[in-house]
Amino acid sequence: MTQLHARGLVKSYGPTPALRGLTLDIAEGEIVAVTGPSGCGKSTLLHCLAGILRPDAGEVTWRGHRIDTWSEAARSRLRRTEFGVLFQFGHLVAELTGAENVALPLLLAGTGRRAARTAALNWLDRLGVAELADVRPGEMSGGQQQRCAIARALVTEPRVLFADEPTGALDTVTGEQLLTHLVRLAGEQRTAVVLVTHEPRIAAYADREIVMRDGVIDHTGLGLDAPLAGGLR
Amino acid sequence: MSTPHVLLGLLASGTKHGYELKRAHDQRLPQARPLAFGQVYATLGRLLRDGLVTPAGQDRLAGPDRMAYALTEQGRATLDQWLGTVEPPIPYVNSTLFAKVVVALLVADTDRARGYLIAQRRAHTERLRELTALKTAPSATVADIVGADYAITHLDADLRWLQTTLERVADWHREVHS
Repeated sequence: MTQLHARGLVKSYGPTPALRGLTLDIAEGEIVAVTGPSGCGKSTLLHCLAGILRPDAGEVTWRGHRIDTWSEAARSRLRRTEFGVLFQFGHLVAELTGAENVALPLLLAGTGRRAARTAALNWLDRLGVAELADVRPGEMSGGQQQRCAIARALVTEPRVLFADEPTGALDTVTGEQLLTHLVRLAGEQRTAVVLVTHEPRIAAYADREIVMRDGVIDHTGLGLDAPLAGGLR
Repeated sequence: MSTPHVLLGLLASGTKHGYELKRAHDQRLPQARPLAFGQVYATLGRLLRDGLVTPAGQDRLAGPDRMAYALTEQGRATLDQWLGTVEPPIPYVNSTLFAKVVVALLVADTDRARGYLIAQRRAHTERLRELTALKTAPSATVADIVGADYAITHLDADLRWLQTTLERVADWHREVHS
């Protein structure tokens, strides 16, 4: 069933169009890879879907509610509860330990300190990095930081996780291990994942791939409308 | 793949019957095409002729086909030499993928070439997804993962080439027909 629906999204940065009337549905628990060349609008799409950016035109609906017209505060609340966001670089808070970083979204959502820490430790353990609970980001490797960031993104058990090139800063093996964890854990709790990547082998982790070009979905990118026309001379 | 050398390698740890070699081959190289019994015995025949393996007893109870084979000194030296030889980096430019686009541009038009590239990309993407599912399955062994990685990395390279060629096909067509 469609949970997140975008229709006719248009977004420009000054005179430069990033999205040009894009329509997309994301179903519950579905893992969708968004691929395409640099500058095709992948990240802008993700930001619009996640409510970080407001489209200039078109609409985004979440479980039947139109969210692009919501206030920044309301959209921010949505991102703290039902949505999770993960970036290329973990963006962990440098002054906090691993467990404190992971507990942060729960504390912001009003969970008690003890329960938030317990949940954080549980999620660090599920990502195989229980030993990072009391370690600060500066002392972690890139892969460790990103595992903490995934734990932080999933700790609220969001219904949709938006991941923008989550393995972009990691070596191949570390990136793939991370993605294996991400896909398995998301699957366990039926969290949909919108995965922006420019790498085919990362997109292969998804149930479905959407290829973008110049701000719209390139359907021929999947060979759907591929013209095998053109006879021999 | 060099089946004779792989069989020599499988014999390095001790004598084996033909069927044991086939089983060990298919287990160790799960991504390769399963070895046919006929191929095992034909290869063993050549290795025997060249003095690289030697008969090492027959299991009478199990019938005449149950001959065991052992590596000879010469066989071990051949295996050692093979392991120490760097393979020439294959540039893959003789690939059918490449040839098909060239021919499509020669005998048809950019749409035909582009249509092929798109369809091929879809087939590659589907295979990439299958292999990714294989390596991320909870039951995947390290051998499964490493084997899948090898195939994935090559498919990934092909996909990048398919993508960049899609972008260049119009220019290429002009060049071919200039």
